[in-house]
Amino acid sequence: MRTGIVVFPGTWSDRDCAHAILDVLQEPVRYIDHREHHVDGLDLVILPGGFSYGDYLRCGAIARFAPVMEAVADFANRGGLVLGICNGFQILQEARLLPGALLRNASCEFRCEWVHLRVEQSNSAFTLDCRPGQVLRIPISHGEGNFFAETETLDALERNGQVVFRYCASDGRVTADSNPNGSLRNIAGIANAHGNVVGMMPHPERACEPLLGGDDGLLLFRSAIHALAQVAV
Amino acid sequence: MRYRAEVFVTLKPVVNDPAGLTIRGGLRALGFDSVSEVRSGKYLVLTLDEPDATQARARVDQMARQLLANSVIEDYRIELEPVGEPVAAGERSA
Repeated sequence: MRTGIVVFPGTWSDRDCAHAILDVLQEPVRYIDHREHHVDGLDLVILPGGFSYGDYLRCGAIARFAPVMEAVADFANRGGLVLGICNGFQILQEARLLPGALLRNASCEFRCEWVHLRVEQSNSAFTLDCRPGQVLRIPISHGEGNFFAETETLDALERNGQVVFRYCASDGRVTADSNPNGSLRNIAGIANAHGNVVGMMPHPERACEPLLGGDDGLLLFRSAIHALAQVAV
Repeated sequence: MRYRAEVFVTLKPVVNDPAGLTIRGGLRALGFDSVSEVRSGKYLVLTLDEPDATQARARVDQMARQLLANSVIEDYRIELEPVGEPVAAGERSA
């Protein structure tokens, strides 16, 4: 799996993503500068977490117009695998590659903690190796992860199986208490209609080794490897 | 002509505003009990040169739609006023 990790001014999780894929999974990685105009020769593009362009105006609003984003949109529309994590999720929404928006956390606090996620959908490229209902333990780290979309958009996401992850209790129950940021319907991650583009607030790259407190995040990257193998067959 | 455009970006009525709720809480804590709602937003001031007010407004509207506001969650309002022509250095009166 040839992975490209986009680096904007203010991105901070690029090296953590590279560590998960290069050091842990032993798959090749290259960094993509935000000024580049192509993402050729890649299987997976990751938009990592951080505070691109200082999060000025709105999270992801400026990054969405970086030269590289046109190439990322073409790549996504051709079926290339794209994973937006945290700030990357915000950028994908600003770019209209995923629906909805991420508002300030309901608590108005930055939340940095481990959460439980229920896998709602194993058809996306990043959850192929999971079973629906499986509970993953992965950390969050954000101030603006409060998922919002209008009711009809939410209903369409549910109907089309595009809700990929929901915040839940350790036993998988989706409760108000387990929602760290006020996201509507506890939504933590969604996919586009084809399942090749996924955005999520939690950081799977920070849960890729027992030393870090858990390795459930590897399931997502392994799923991507298997999704690519299926396409190749 | 030089124009000064004020752009007011606000969350749509259906969108929750945690910052506004927190500010309301602060006001109530100070004894301002009559406040029933606070909505927070962004205020941007742009200076731009365009041939006339119609074109200036159209241009700012385009900016708001493309970048300044996110139509998924925000509304915007534009106020425009001409700014006096910059006086050339030689014409400046003593």
